[in-house]
Amino acid sequence: MKWEIVIGLEVHAQLNTRSKIFSGAATAFGAAPNTQACGVDVALPGVLPVLNRGAVERAVRFGLAVGATINRHSIFARKNYFYPDLPKGYQISQYEIPVVQGGSITIPAGETGKTIRLTRAHLEEDAGKSLHEDFHGMSGIDLNRAGTPLLEIVSEPDMRSAQEAVAYAKALHSLVRWIDICDGNMQEGSFRCDANVSVRLLGSDTLGTRCEIKNLNSFRFLERAIEHEARRQIEVLENGGSIVQETRLYDPDRDATRSMRTKEDAHDYRYFPDPDLLPLEVSGAWIEEIRSSMPALPQVKRERFVTLCGVTPYDAAVLTSSRELADYFEEAARGADERTAKQCANWITGNLNARLNDEGLEITQARIAAGQLRGLVDRIVDGTISGKIAKDVFDAMWAGEGDADRIISVRGLRQISDSGEIGKIVDQVIAANAQQVADYRAGKDKAFNSLVGQVMKATKGKANPRQVNEILRKKLSG
Amino acid sequence: MHNATIKSLSAELAAGRLSSVEVTRHFLRRINTLSKIYNCFITVDEEKSLAAAGAADALRAAGRAQPLTGIPIAQKDIFCAKGWLTTCGSRMLSNFVSPYDAHVVERLDAAGAVNIGKTNMDEFAMGSSNETSYYGPVRNPWNIETVPGGSSGGSAAAVAARLAPGAIGTDTGGSIRQPAALTGISGLKPTYGVVSRYGMIAFASSLDQGGPMARSAEDLALLLNVLAGFDARDSTSLDRPAEDYTRDLARPIAGLRIGLPKEFFAAGAAPEVEKAVGEAIGHLRKLGCETVEVSLPNMALSVPVYYVLAPAEASSNLARFDGVRYGYRAPEYGDLLEMYKKTRAEGFGAEVKRRILIGTYVLSHGYYDAYYIRAQKLRRLIAQDFSEAFGKCDLIMGPTSPSSAFKLGEKAGDPVQMYLSDIYTIAVNLAGLPGMSIPCGFDSRGLPVGLQVIGNYFGEARMLNAAHQYQLVTDWHDRAPPGIEIQ
Amino acid sequence: MALTRDDVKRVAHLARIEISDAGAESVLRDLDNIFGLIEQMQAVDVSGVEPMAHAQDVMLRLREDTVTERDQHALFQSVAPQVQAGLYLVPKVIE
Repeated sequence: MKWEIVIGLEVHAQLNTRSKIFSGAATAFGAAPNTQACGVDVALPGVLPVLNRGAVERAVRFGLAVGATINRHSIFARKNYFYPDLPKGYQISQYEIPVVQGGSITIPAGETGKTIRLTRAHLEEDAGKSLHEDFHGMSGIDLNRAGTPLLEIVSEPDMRSAQEAVAYAKALHSLVRWIDICDGNMQEGSFRCDANVSVRLLGSDTLGTRCEIKNLNSFRFLERAIEHEARRQIEVLENGGSIVQETRLYDPDRDATRSMRTKEDAHDYRYFPDPDLLPLEVSGAWIEEIRSSMPALPQVKRERFVTLCGVTPYDAAVLTSSRELADYFEEAARGADERTAKQCANWITGNLNARLNDEGLEITQARIAAGQLRGLVDRIVDGTISGKIAKDVFDAMWAGEGDADRIISVRGLRQISDSGEIGKIVDQVIAANAQQVADYRAGKDKAFNSLVGQVMKATKGKANPRQVNEILRKKLSG
Repeated sequence: MHNATIKSLSAELAAGRLSSVEVTRHFLRRINTLSKIYNCFITVDEEKSLAAAGAADALRAAGRAQPLTGIPIAQKDIFCAKGWLTTCGSRMLSNFVSPYDAHVVERLDAAGAVNIGKTNMDEFAMGSSNETSYYGPVRNPWNIETVPGGSSGGSAAAVAARLAPGAIGTDTGGSIRQPAALTGISGLKPTYGVVSRYGMIAFASSLDQGGPMARSAEDLALLLNVLAGFDARDSTSLDRPAEDYTRDLARPIAGLRIGLPKEFFAAGAAPEVEKAVGEAIGHLRKLGCETVEVSLPNMALSVPVYYVLAPAEASSNLARFDGVRYGYRAPEYGDLLEMYKKTRAEGFGAEVKRRILIGTYVLSHGYYDAYYIRAQKLRRLIAQDFSEAFGKCDLIMGPTSPSSAFKLGEKAGDPVQMYLSDIYTIAVNLAGLPGMSIPCGFDSRGLPVGLQVIGNYFGEARMLNAAHQYQLVTDWHDRAPPGIEIQ
Repeated sequence: MALTRDDVKRVAHLARIEISDAGAESVLRDLDNIFGLIEQMQAVDVSGVEPMAHAQDVMLRLREDTVTERDQHALFQSVAPQVQAGLYLVPKVIE
């Protein structure tokens, strides 16, 4: 039997506002326990919520970025349940009418990519944290995180593999940072994924019973948890069992999911409109104001890079994986012709990216500025240095030895393109390597490469390789 | 001195014939003696009150006195006051010293009023007789075997017994007006959104509204001038220009159209109540008012609608009382679930638990549409009834309560009978309209009867105008209960 | 409709209020009476009526995104049942 995996994701993105969604307390991460929990956040008797304009503005920005409908009127509801990290005994969330509805995101897949539809994105408040270290057998509650604004982004069940789910999550992760609504820090929990996973026989058009996997705070865990969960479900079904709809927790240490102790009343949240909050109105004028302040979106830049700079679609996708990277590329390629721009793209996605990865740096921490990289590319394009020498120059630049021109000049790396000079060296090499010359003339192509190598060695790699090839071939056949 | 109104005390203070410290000492002495009988205060703090009085005198000496500067005002124990025990009449908050001030407390402080103590109330404002308080029932100064009404029963009894010249209360379904009626004082519930709910412990957020309780309409106006005002910390607070609620007091009321809803007079109020209300209307006619019959066809449904909506909101509002961050925590428990359940079972009284259960039930899966949504739809019909009625009249009048004060314990065992005692007041909260009660006579047992005055949205000044003109030609509001004089 | 003792116990559990069997019986009697009153709502035709959630037909006012609160945890925790190292303590939370 052939199974198909069906995945939908719910992503909680913490919005990077200065203050909380319903209070004026700070949202900064890592403060001492409860020092950023004000009266509203600890739910003192009598306190009331007041909505943060910045949170709404960010939600709208997201909606516009994914081509969604922005609901002009939306409603905040109370989701009621008891938990020590939920001080009011309810979470304020949007239930029936969210601020953002619909929209889609395209993920890299095949030639044209694949469109993942979004169901909705709604505003809600985060809960506090329960710390389970031993306080004499008790748990400690820190409410600093309580009230941090979240945008819960819900996708349709459009993904068919763990890899697609990861690609979607990465695209979303990149987008929320691109439009600057979330810092995307997964270690700090700023971007958290829950996956709804079900399986069905290939060709079936009904959905199987799904399980929700929580606690996926890295792309690797997301992929592994989905794969594990799909295998588990297939095994259950193939053994004649059936799937129970439940919430499961991914345990990265054991690389397995386990059933959360079923909250018996989890399904009865008693949602109702929060009487402390009136309907949220987002006016057309405000939407337009937000739209006009939006940066060009990644898909727009991607297309521009391909059509105007001749960058390959793959490289364009890499270059637009973050706004900073795209900015870096645009600065490097400013005013460049297509050939130069393409070279810039190659250097950024190749050597530069590799270096950043090796050293665990972000593009903003690169030791070579965009303008400097362009200086290097210009010298390659105008033939001053060869691509091979350029790699050494790049390393020297990374090590802080200065601009490309300075390094080329100090180290005397300027390419020899004078055919007379190259001709002289070629003559010397032919004279000193009679055996290889004979081999070449006997039809052994390998011998030619060896002779080229000798010439390059004699010029310390500075000879223009194209010219060396030409002159050597001419002289050998002469 | 204690028979003086806020208005006249204010004049005495302004003339320098009295100091706030003297006035405050006088009322504190009365409270010490009489509150034992009426049980109308939960917390009295002489030191704090006298310090505030001293500050008020200093403010006056500095030439910065306002009308309420130096006047002792009692606060219902539902308002958070920094450094004061704020219990909401519940064991759940029996150890809660508020770390902050409610908006109205800030405004009273800023006006130089003196907090003379925190008054007893039905637990979490749920009750119509002040018998659900963890601190015991309040007794009606007119007859200590009867209830003062609720939930602002402590504030009402304190004003009636001249233990404070004015007080603040809250009204979710009649909790200012009904006790005002039963204790022979004046009380006003403003238009929803006029007084900030910030720091007022929530019962039913979409209905709760704080307001003044005093002896006369004129005093209510002075208090409302301080209580009303926009507050950015309450999303339902209305941002509108400040009003002077005393501005129309002196206006003649000839030509004022009074709507008399036929349902008010068919709902089975006690004959003596109907009689006193009828006589009051007669007085107003003599002052030149016209009367017109209006109809509120859905009024009878206001009680069932209220007992869906208010408990639903309350069940959620009271979820924060969980023994984790403040308030009562059960002394013995095993796991977390048991801690919650015992804390809430022990911390809340029977009526509060009953309403939490009703509210939880009507919001629970499968019942939401049949109860909650239906109640919200009926709420709209009830509000529309008022809107149509106000097309024909300027004010609506009728009884505040179907009966005068009933005996302690008389309805305590029958929640439905208790709930029906708010039949005339609840619809006003559902519509969000302003309503008030003023004394309009006594029954044969010598117990006060209240006249309810309902205005259109933001019609407070007009209501106060009519009430003041009525009080100029009647003296019901000046009558004092027996036995309140001390040596 | 008539409530059952199980309804009462289910709702009491949802509301986190401990209730004994005898307590549930007595609450059930009260609730039955109260729901008798509430059921009067069912007699009216409300089709086409928009639910009314707020007294005023106004939209939400928004707050600027600025930090206005300072740390007051010591004051807030002075009234807490049990705290340690700035944390509120509760019986162990099991997920």
